[in-house]
Amino acid sequence: MAKLKVPVGPDDHAQGPADAPVTLLEYGDYECSHCGHAYPIVKALQKKFGKQLRFVFRNFPLREIHPNAEVAAETAEFAATRGKFWDMHDLIFENQNSLSEQMLGELAHRLTLDRQALRDALRSGTFAERVQGDFSSGVRSGVNGTPTFFINSQRHDGDFELETLLQAIQKMIHSHK
Amino acid sequence: MSNILPAGTPAPDFTLHATPDQTLALKGLRGRPVILAFYPADWSPVCGDQMALYNEVLPEFHRFNAELLGISVDGVWCHAAFSRDRKLHFPLLADFEPKGAVAKRYGAFRDGEGIAERALFVIDKNGTIRWSYCSPIAVNPGADGILEALENLAK
Repeated sequence: MAKLKVPVGPDDHAQGPADAPVTLLEYGDYECSHCGHAYPIVKALQKKFGKQLRFVFRNFPLREIHPNAEVAAETAEFAATRGKFWDMHDLIFENQNSLSEQMLGELAHRLTLDRQALRDALRSGTFAERVQGDFSSGVRSGVNGTPTFFINSQRHDGDFELETLLQAIQKMIHSHK
Repeated sequence: MSNILPAGTPAPDFTLHATPDQTLALKGLRGRPVILAFYPADWSPVCGDQMALYNEVLPEFHRFNAELLGISVDGVWCHAAFSRDRKLHFPLLADFEPKGAVAKRYGAFRDGEGIAERALFVIDKNGTIRWSYCSPIAVNPGADGILEALENLAK
């Protein structure tokens, strides 16, 4: 079974305690409807498991089929450098159906981020390398589509409905005890 | 699962349609590595399907000067439509008539269902299979195994 090749590190975007018994890592694409479907499911898992779960998100934009996936990922990375990764992450998924560069600018504005600075960063590809780094690490780890989840570094090959992920995480917590 | 041809076997040559009016012969690609990706069918109903993923990873395959070929039993017009829809930048070959003949020679055909396995082959520049892998039909194998095999070829 495929395993995560690049361990979670300080550069990753993570929610929840670093010493949580379970880390759920998602390789996702902001324009992918399946990732949009998984978004509230992850929220529900975080609520259910609380401090027992750490959630990490890495970018895996499928640029050929999702023309806005790359700019969305770079926008989230831009927000991250201003301490607002998760706010932007949530806003993008909540507005997934109307993604465009203009709309991403409006989301930045809503988070009191500098729209012009975002525009400049997107133009010059400031965050392109970071996004590509996530993508490459995913490919190396056996990411096979979006979303791909890893539970404590093991690729989760089942579906990503709430019940399935809940059971997989519960199993991992128990095996830790 | 089928018994696919293992590493060390000479890759059986074939000529298949890549577009309605063009054919492609495996031996025409001697001198560079070739990735053969057999897959069950066009139009799989997920965003990140196997071919869409490989399309994104293409620059990494090209770093090894490798050529990627997708192969399924779908016909040329079906491939053309699928390829256009997913904006694929590599050829899809139609193993259509006689159906699955090439997949059979690679041991990558599912008899009962009449479709190809999700089987991957990395062939070296001299035409020898250097790595092969057959994934459970429902599991997209990803690209990590291919990249590792290409890396080993380059050593």
